[in-house]
Amino acid sequence: MVRVRTRLLKPKWDKVKVLRTSNFDPVSSEVFGRQLKIAMIFVVIVFGILIMRLWFLQIVNGSAYRAKSEHNRIRLRDIAPFRGMILDRKGKVLVDNRPSYDLYVIPEEVQDRPQLLKRLSRFGGLDSEDAGRVLDKAARGYPFKPVCLKRGISRDALAKIETHRFDLPGVMIKVRPERQYFHEGLASHVLGYLGEINEDQLGGGQFRDTKSGDLIGKTGVERKWQTLLNGVRGGEQVEVDAVGRRIEVFSRRPPVSGANICLTIDKNLQILAEKALLGKHGAIVAMDPSNGEVLALASSPSYDSNLFIQGIDQKTWQNIVSSKDFPLQNRALTGQYPPGSVFKIVVALAGLEEGVISPEEEIFCNGTFSLGKGRYRCWKKYGHGKVNFHRALKESCDVYFYNVGRRLGVDKIAQYAKRLGLGKKTGINLDHEKSGLIPTSEWKLRRWGIPWQAGETISTSIGQSFVLTTPIQAAALISAVFNEGHMFTPQVTKWVRKTDGESLFEFSPRLAGKAGIRQENLNLVKNALIGVVNQPRGTGSKARIEGLIVAGKTGTAQVVALKKEKDSKPGSEIPWKFRDHAWFVAVAPADKPKIAVAVLIEHGGHGGSAAAPIAKELIKAYLHEKTEVGGQKSEVRKNAQRVTRNPQP
Amino acid sequence: MTTFNYYVLERLAYPVYFFTVALLIWVLIVGKVMSGSQRWLSLGPISFQPSELAKIAIVLVLAKFFSERGGNREYRLRDLWLPFVLTAIPCFLILKEPDLGTALFLGMISISVVLIAKVYWKSLVIFVGSFFLATPLIWFGLKEYQQRRVLSFLSPDMDPLGAGYHVNQSKIAIGSGQFWGKGFLKGTQTRLHFLPEQHTDFAFSVLAEEWGLVGSAVLLLIYLFIILWGLNIAKSSKDRFGSIVAVGIVTIVFWQVVINVGMVTGLLPVVGIPLLLFSYGGSSLISTMAAMGILMNISMRRFMFQ
Repeated sequence: MVRVRTRLLKPKWDKVKVLRTSNFDPVSSEVFGRQLKIAMIFVVIVFGILIMRLWFLQIVNGSAYRAKSEHNRIRLRDIAPFRGMILDRKGKVLVDNRPSYDLYVIPEEVQDRPQLLKRLSRFGGLDSEDAGRVLDKAARGYPFKPVCLKRGISRDALAKIETHRFDLPGVMIKVRPERQYFHEGLASHVLGYLGEINEDQLGGGQFRDTKSGDLIGKTGVERKWQTLLNGVRGGEQVEVDAVGRRIEVFSRRPPVSGANICLTIDKNLQILAEKALLGKHGAIVAMDPSNGEVLALASSPSYDSNLFIQGIDQKTWQNIVSSKDFPLQNRALTGQYPPGSVFKIVVALAGLEEGVISPEEEIFCNGTFSLGKGRYRCWKKYGHGKVNFHRALKESCDVYFYNVGRRLGVDKIAQYAKRLGLGKKTGINLDHEKSGLIPTSEWKLRRWGIPWQAGETISTSIGQSFVLTTPIQAAALISAVFNEGHMFTPQVTKWVRKTDGESLFEFSPRLAGKAGIRQENLNLVKNALIGVVNQPRGTGSKARIEGLIVAGKTGTAQVVALKKEKDSKPGSEIPWKFRDHAWFVAVAPADKPKIAVAVLIEHGGHGGSAAAPIAKELIKAYLHEKTEVGGQKSEVRKNAQRVTRNPQP
Repeated sequence: MTTFNYYVLERLAYPVYFFTVALLIWVLIVGKVMSGSQRWLSLGPISFQPSELAKIAIVLVLAKFFSERGGNREYRLRDLWLPFVLTAIPCFLILKEPDLGTALFLGMISISVVLIAKVYWKSLVIFVGSFFLATPLIWFGLKEYQQRRVLSFLSPDMDPLGAGYHVNQSKIAIGSGQFWGKGFLKGTQTRLHFLPEQHTDFAFSVLAEEWGLVGSAVLLLIYLFIILWGLNIAKSSKDRFGSIVAVGIVTIVFWQVVINVGMVTGLLPVVGIPLLLFSYGGSSLISTMAAMGILMNISMRRFMFQ
C-alpha cells in the first residue's frame, strides 16, 4: 500500500527508471556477477575463520579459560616512578625518596571481616571502624580492586603483618616511594610541599599522566618543576594468588624516574640563615649579584614539608593555616615592608642623577625638618650638624634626605625606584611573589581620590609613607648598585637533568634590565655604603669583617607613627607589634661582589643592631667557605695572572 | 527507507556527500570532545557522529560514479582518481578528529567497492606493488618517535597495560563461555568489571561468555546471512547503481563484524570499532538501519517491470 502511494505521488521517478533500464547491460552484469561470486566465497571463508577461532577459544581451550575466569587474578598494577631528587648547589641532597609501605585489602578476598579488622588494628594500629566503612564502600563498587586502608605503616606493623600473612587473606602490602625532606623544615618555602591532586587539576590536563590520589607539587620548586620531577608511571600485568602474591608477570612497562633538580641554594648558608631567624619573624635573601643565583632564601616562621606527604590531617592543617604567624607565607617574596632607610640608596642616586644635590654640598641637620605645619625629625634627636652627601648616607641622616626628597618630588623618586627594580616583581618565579609599592602622585589620586600631599614626599624620601618592598627586591637593589646597574632576575634552579644525564634546563643569567645610572654617581653611593660598615659613625659597623670590604645599608622601618610612645620608653618596653622592622642590605667584597644579602627582622628594632650582625655571619661563612674549599686555588691563580700581567705596559 | 524509490538516492548522492563533508568540518570546529577526540555533534538533546553518516555517503557517491562510468570495462588507475579523492576528503577530516579506526575503515570500504567493481588486473598489480614499495621508503623516512606513534596507532595492544590487558580479559571471557555458555547475566568476567567497554566494543565477549559457542556462532551466522542476502540483492538488482550501493552496504556490515570479532578474539589489533546492530550506540544504529532500509528498497525494486 505504502509503496503504491509513494509512486503515485512521485511519478517523475518512473520516467527516470525507464531511462535507466537502457543502461542495463547484460555483459557488464555477467562480469559483475562473477565478481560477486568471488566476494561471497571470500566472505564465507572469513566467517569460517572467525567461527574456527571461537571454536578454538571456547571448545579447545574452553575449560582452561573457564578455570581462569573463576579465579581471575590477572591484575594491573601501577609502578610509581621515583620523583626526582632536589640537590643544593654543591650537589648535597635536600630532598629524596624513601620506601613507604601501604596496607591494601581486596574486599572480595576477605573471608572473616571482623576478625581481619581486629587483627589489623592490633598489628597496624588501624581504626577498625574507619577501615570497615572504607571496605564497605569499596566492596559495592569494584570488589576485586585493592583498596588502601593505611599509608605508610610502621616497620613494626609491617613485620607483624608479614609474619601473619596467611591469617590475613585479602591483605596486601604495596611499596611506594615517598618524598623525604632530609632536613626538617629546611628551605621549605623554596622547595614547597606535595599534596593530593584535586579534581580541577585532574581535569585541567596540565598534569600529564596523573590519577586521583596522586601527589603533586603544590608550591615552590616542587610545583614549578612538577612535570619534570614527576617521571612517568609504569605498570605490570600480573597474575596473583589468593593472598595477593605475584605468581607470574605477563608484561611490564618500567616506570621512568623523574628528573633531578639542582638548586642554586647553598645548603650551609641556608641552614645558617634559618638559624639566625629562629624564634623571630623575618626573611633573609642571599644572592650572587653577578648573575642572580639565589644562594639562600629563608622565611620565618617556617613549616616542615614532611608533614604534607601522608596527607596532612585536618587538625595540623588548621593549625598551620589559622596560625597568626602565617608559616606558609614566604616572607622573602610576599612580605611587603616599608624599606625605611634602605630606600635612601634610591633617593641618593636620584638626587645625584637629577643634579639636585652635589656631593660637596652640606646641609645642616639640627634634628628636625619643618614643612608648613609639619615637623619631621631625624632619628638622631639633636641632629648631625653639617653633613655632606657621603656622611649623610653613611650616618643615615634623615634631615638631609628630607631635603633631597623635597627637591626631587615624589614622581622623580618613583621613577628611579622603578628603574632600580622596586615596585615590580623580580620574576623569581616562585609562588605568589608580590610587587611591593612605589607611590606616585597619580597613583595616590587614583587609589585614594586625594591629591598627593607635600608632607608625604618627605616621609617617602626615607622609605616610609606608602613605600613597600619585599626582601628579595631589597637584595636585588643592592646587587644592582654594586653590579654597575645591571639587574639580574633572581633564579633558584641551576639545572634540571634526567637520570641518564640528559639536560632539560641549565642556568643562564637573565638580565632583567639596566638602571642606567652614571658610573661616577654609582661610585659615590658605593663609597658611602662602604663607609656605612667600615668608617667611624657608620650605622652598619656591626657588619664589619676583618680583611674584607663589606658594604651595606641599614634600615629601621616604622610600623606605626608612635613617636611619643617610643620616645618616652626604652625599646624593650614597647609592645612587640609596634616595634620597628629592622633591615640590613649588604654586599661583599665591595670591589667584586660575590654575595648580596638582605635581612629583614619583623619588629626587630634597629637595623644596625638587629639585622647587620646576621648579614655579617652569612657573608663571613659564605666567603670563608668559598675561599677554603676549591675556590682558593682559582683565586691564587687569578692573582698570579694579574701579577704577571701588571709589569707589562 | 523503503517508501521511496532508491533512484532518488542517485540524484542525492553528491548533495548527501557534501552535506556530510560539511558536517565533518563542522564537528572539527564545534564538536564535543570526548576522551580526547572531537567526534560528536549535538543537536539539542541528542548527539551523533557525522563519521557514521560518512560511511553511507561514500557508498552512495562511489555507486554513482561506477554507474555513470559503467559499461563492460575494467578500471585502470587513471580512471579511479575521482573515487580516490572522494574517499580521501572524509578520511582526512576524520583523521583530524582524531579517529584513525574509522578513517581506515572508510578506506577499506571504498577499496572493497572498487575491487568488486573490477579493476584491470595490471592496474591492481601496479597499485599493490607501488604500495609495498612506498611503505618502507616512507617508513624509514619517518623519525623514530613518528614510527613509534604509527606503531601504537596500528596496534595499541603493544601497550601491555592498556589494550593488551583488555584483549587478555576478553579472551578469558569468550573462552570461559565454552559450548553452552554460563547463562544470561551470569558472566563473571562481566559482573566483576574485568571487561572494559562491555556495552560497546566488547559486547560480543559478553554474549560469548553468557551464551557460549552456540550463541556466538548463531550471531555470526545471522550476520553471514545478512551479508550473503545483500550480495544476492546486488546481483539481482536491475541497475548498476543499485548493485553497487548494495555491495557498499554489505561491505560496511562485513568489515565491522570481522574487525570487531577479530579484535575481541585476539586475532586483530584493537581498534575501537563497535559491532553493528549489537553494540550500544545511537549513531551507529541509525546509520545501520538506514543502510538496511536502502538494501531492502533495492531488493523490492529488483524487477525491471513491476
